[in-house]
Amino acid sequence: MTAQAVPARSLTLSEVAQRRRRLQRLREAPIYLFLFACTALSIVTTLGIVAVLFEETVKFFEEVSIFEFLTGTEWTPLFTEQHFGVLPLLNATLLMAFLSLVVAVPLGLLAAIFLSEYAHPRVRTIVKPVLEILAGVPTVVYGYFALTFITPEILQLIFGKNSVSSFNALSASIAMGIMILPLISSLSEDAMRAVPQALREGAYGLGANRFEVSTRVVVPAALSGIVAAVILAASRAVGETMIVTVAAGTQPNLSWNPFEAMAAMTAYIVAVSLGDTPRGTLEYSTIFAVGVMLFVTTLVMNVVAQWLLVKFREVYD
Amino acid sequence: MSTGVMLRSGPSGRMFLRRTFGRLFFAVCVAATAAGLLALAVLLVSVAADGVSRISWDFLNSYPSRFPEQAGIKAALAGTIWIMVLTALFSVPVGIGAALYLEEFAPHNWLSKAIETNINNLAGVPSIIYGLLGLTLFVRVMDLGRSVLAGGLTMSLLVLPIIIVASREGLRAVPASIREASLALGATRWQTVRFQVLAPAMPTVLTGIILALSRAIGETAPLIVLGALTFVPFTPSGPLSAFTVLPIQVFNWISRPQAGFQTTAAAGIIVLLALLLTMNAFAVVLRNYFERKRKW
Repeated sequence: MTAQAVPARSLTLSEVAQRRRRLQRLREAPIYLFLFACTALSIVTTLGIVAVLFEETVKFFEEVSIFEFLTGTEWTPLFTEQHFGVLPLLNATLLMAFLSLVVAVPLGLLAAIFLSEYAHPRVRTIVKPVLEILAGVPTVVYGYFALTFITPEILQLIFGKNSVSSFNALSASIAMGIMILPLISSLSEDAMRAVPQALREGAYGLGANRFEVSTRVVVPAALSGIVAAVILAASRAVGETMIVTVAAGTQPNLSWNPFEAMAAMTAYIVAVSLGDTPRGTLEYSTIFAVGVMLFVTTLVMNVVAQWLLVKFREVYD
Repeated sequence: MSTGVMLRSGPSGRMFLRRTFGRLFFAVCVAATAAGLLALAVLLVSVAADGVSRISWDFLNSYPSRFPEQAGIKAALAGTIWIMVLTALFSVPVGIGAALYLEEFAPHNWLSKAIETNINNLAGVPSIIYGLLGLTLFVRVMDLGRSVLAGGLTMSLLVLPIIIVASREGLRAVPASIREASLALGATRWQTVRFQVLAPAMPTVLTGIILALSRAIGETAPLIVLGALTFVPFTPSGPLSAFTVLPIQVFNWISRPQAGFQTTAAAGIIVLLALLLTMNAFAVVLRNYFERKRKW
């Protein structure tokens, strides 16, 4: 009875509002939790990649010495006489990535200078997205293009049918160069346009012409951004799969002759995946060991490029 | 007299050289840009010329065959649509959720910074590595088999960074004054985001989603590693059904020795490119439309 004797005091308006807010916040708690879970998934993905790659790779290195893997010049895990030297695959990957840069860096850089320093804004708004279509074309299409056009219609026509094999590293490199060209041109152009106008005006005031301003003021000032673009493009070329598989073949071959067929690291993974290598065998774990090489190589390149981009932003913002 | 002439000819000669270099350089820059555009044109024209003769209703509506002139892409097209829908189903809510958290709610601490760096790095991981992840995680550990569901999940992880980055860009473009006005009227942070911020950010988010999905349907390598089949004479009957997709079908035809299959491959590429161009054109139209409607 005594408990009921104290009459419930009616709530003031602000107290009602306070209670409602508290309730509302309570109801929203699961939403925040869900949003955080979405974000945390990216961490889980990274951990998953690392765990998956290293679990199988550890199994691989229980049977094969790291020394043989890194220094061996023969890669024949699917033959009866097995050799596990990754050098032929690594060499092919690096050779083709390098040659694709030889194609893409000069073209991409010059296109970036054109877009940033010469082109009318209206020309730029049309040309830039059209160039970027190149980066959106599926890579298997580039593979087809390299195999059925670049090799027979260009390379074999220039260098002769006998010296260029129908699968060759050069056609894959050229196709990859075309693919990464917009990456270099767009990112470099962004970096060049971030160079303060005052630097250009100072150079013009001293009597420099547009060529001199572009090459001696803008490009040096944007250099870290340009280098980052090139590294990102190189990392893309290293991880590229379908172009090198279709155009350069899946035969391991330790050679520096770009007219020969050679399997890149990614092409080897595809070749094994297409066959049915049972899980748990040494052959199966080879694709994860090669995957680790690929992952570490591209990761280092990406981290360096990110670092350069952040550093660059600090200078001019 | 003669010294005067020399004085004048000296600098003007240099001037001439500098001007010539300038013009040459301009020409080289234009040529480089034109080379990129030309490469695109040659690529499209050569593929179209190879494959256009095979484009027909029968080609779209037939299963693969041992005979190149009877082979079609019905199974591959169905597989691609399945992958696209499943990928969108997983990656869109999660991607927008992560973007909302990072842009609107995340505290400015080392964890948020680490997550951000991590997402940037994930965007640079080669797609074939995602295939190895999917093969172990979805096909083996979760025991989904080499199914279209496992493929969709793998592709979702692959395109998540793209959606997150695009969505964040859209959210960042919404002016702070809108949020402040909403908070001042007593809305909670979630109500502000849900009712005021999300809608104006949507065009950029949608553009990002379309770009991410067009990336997903062009990818070949992760699905090959996952074990998608190359010869599939049926359309997927459910999420656990085996499947193939357009780029894998094209890859399979390219690797066959008979010349007839090259034409079939080119026809498959035409369909794939047409699909991608339609999606990209849609994204551009969408962006232009909303940019014109935008009020700030």
